[in-house]
Amino acid sequence: MTNNGMTDNGMTDNGMTDNGITNSSMTNSTNSSASAASAVEVRGVGRIFTARKGPGVTALEDVSLVVAPGEFVSLIGPSGCGKSTLLRLIADLDTPTSGSIEVFGKPAKQARIDQDYGIAFQQAGLLPWRTVAGNIELPLELHGIGKAARRRRAAELIALVGLADFASHYPDQLSGGMQQRVAIARSLAESPSLLLMDEPFGALDEMTRERMQNELVRICAETEAAVVFVTHSIPEAVFLSNRVVVMSPRPGRIRSIVDVTLGEMAGRGEDLREDEGFFHALSQVRDLLHGDEAAAAPAGARGVETR
Amino acid sequence: MTSAHTTPSSGSRRMLGVSSRWRPLVFGVLGVFVLAVAWELYKFLGPADGIVIGTLTILPRTNDLAMPHLWVMFERIFEPVTGAASAEPLWQAVLAGSLFTLGIAAVGWLVGVTVGLALALLMQRFRLAESALLPWIILSQTVPLIAIAPLVRRWGAQIQFGEFTWESWMSVALIASYLAFFPVSIGALRGLGSPDANHVDLMHCYAVGWWKTLWRLRLPASVGYLLPALRLAAVSAVIGSVVAEVSIGLRGGIGRLIVEYAGAAGNDPGKPWAPIFGSILVGLVAAGFVGLIGLFLRRFRRGEVPV
Repeated sequence: MTNNGMTDNGMTDNGMTDNGITNSSMTNSTNSSASAASAVEVRGVGRIFTARKGPGVTALEDVSLVVAPGEFVSLIGPSGCGKSTLLRLIADLDTPTSGSIEVFGKPAKQARIDQDYGIAFQQAGLLPWRTVAGNIELPLELHGIGKAARRRRAAELIALVGLADFASHYPDQLSGGMQQRVAIARSLAESPSLLLMDEPFGALDEMTRERMQNELVRICAETEAAVVFVTHSIPEAVFLSNRVVVMSPRPGRIRSIVDVTLGEMAGRGEDLREDEGFFHALSQVRDLLHGDEAAAAPAGARGVETR
Repeated sequence: MTSAHTTPSSGSRRMLGVSSRWRPLVFGVLGVFVLAVAWELYKFLGPADGIVIGTLTILPRTNDLAMPHLWVMFERIFEPVTGAASAEPLWQAVLAGSLFTLGIAAVGWLVGVTVGLALALLMQRFRLAESALLPWIILSQTVPLIAIAPLVRRWGAQIQFGEFTWESWMSVALIASYLAFFPVSIGALRGLGSPDANHVDLMHCYAVGWWKTLWRLRLPASVGYLLPALRLAAVSAVIGSVVAEVSIGLRGGIGRLIVEYAGAAGNDPGKPWAPIFGSILVGLVAAGFVGLIGLFLRRFRRGEVPV
């Protein structure tokens, strides 16, 4: 569960420390706290959306989750299970009604202000009037990083996501998959130690999707960032993750957490999809999700496995 | 021989190539042409007393006084204003009047755009301001121009501090701005609110304040809404200037010329048309100027889906 191989040596071979762009205080704080604190620590979190009439909607109830530094955790569940809400809470785009969330040992709000995480949404959300390079530079520009350093970092990231020939293209000239790659590059711009991804490949076709998953595995191995990844695709969750968090709806809860023991991030390739362990984890997650459906049916009692 | 043979074919190919670019222009010229033909055709075919149903004249008389030939109008433009020996050519007087009005309209436009943008920013920033101001902004346009012109003039006449004295043209410009601010405030308000929730969330994640969000996101996103509003404001400013010149009685502008020359229609039917063409010219120049602004802001209109 804890990713010893990644956290022990504390050394990074790419992007994190040698680019000279990350403002040093930020890097220090995340590095020093990374060894001490978990990347994300969610404790007893609930979120109730108040309605104008009648009782509010309980989107999340008593959710607790710890994500270790460098760990890849997927949140999976049917729509309405609060997986996106949980991600938004971690990103401090929303505040929990109860419980607490800490990111690298600080409150979520402070982590947001300190830019401890990068984020990517289902929609690439690129600014249409900026080129690929301009979009990737946006967070750097907003945080006052110099032009030369910005250029250098953007070029690095563009190479990382394999869009070297498209740096000066505008988003409307790119395919959906390319746009999403730009969005991922943008989320990596400030070398965050935590990536939050809300169904980033949800709008892509199956083939592009698998290619993007392979790339994300490679990128994660290179950057050694912890990832919280929201998805509704079981193979995607299993392929990418160290752990898969299966959630159930109404109210949103963590149903179970599946350990995926498929080895190091760096070693994961296309042939993993044919692996025995892959299928085992796949069916494990699927059973948990389907058991949830049965539980939601009026006849079945909650939490009873029906198969 | 061969060169003479190839030139027309390559020329026609180029014609086909650029046809989409020049199509608006071609159709514009065609529209004016159709209008001219319709005028002359009706004048030729229509009864001299016009088409009358009962005592109601549905279509105008076709005699030379009511509907002078187009060439009479154009010939008149190049003749002197009056029979006096020292009189300047009519076109010169109209051009001078047009420039005078254009200048006032430009001042009115600038003031209107500034006020409109300021109101839109205020309303975007504070919800309360929106609910407090928006109804009044809409209500402001229901007050007839003729009603406020004398008021503005009377108030203006009382303004005097130090070297500064309020002049009549300022009243006209103020009334022009009164018309011009409206489309800008409405268009800008919509434009500033147009970014996706996605983009707003992203800015929130970047922990940037309202001003940076405004500059990097809301203003660029509003360009597509702002340009039509600016064009509408430019045309409104011209109309406002012309009408206000008439109701305030300011000399030197196109509005005054329209009133003045209308008196000559009895024995010089071509003359009143000259300032009308002048005001059309002013409107075209004003709209063209905004088109030029749009050309510089083309980058920010990439997101617009061509319909």
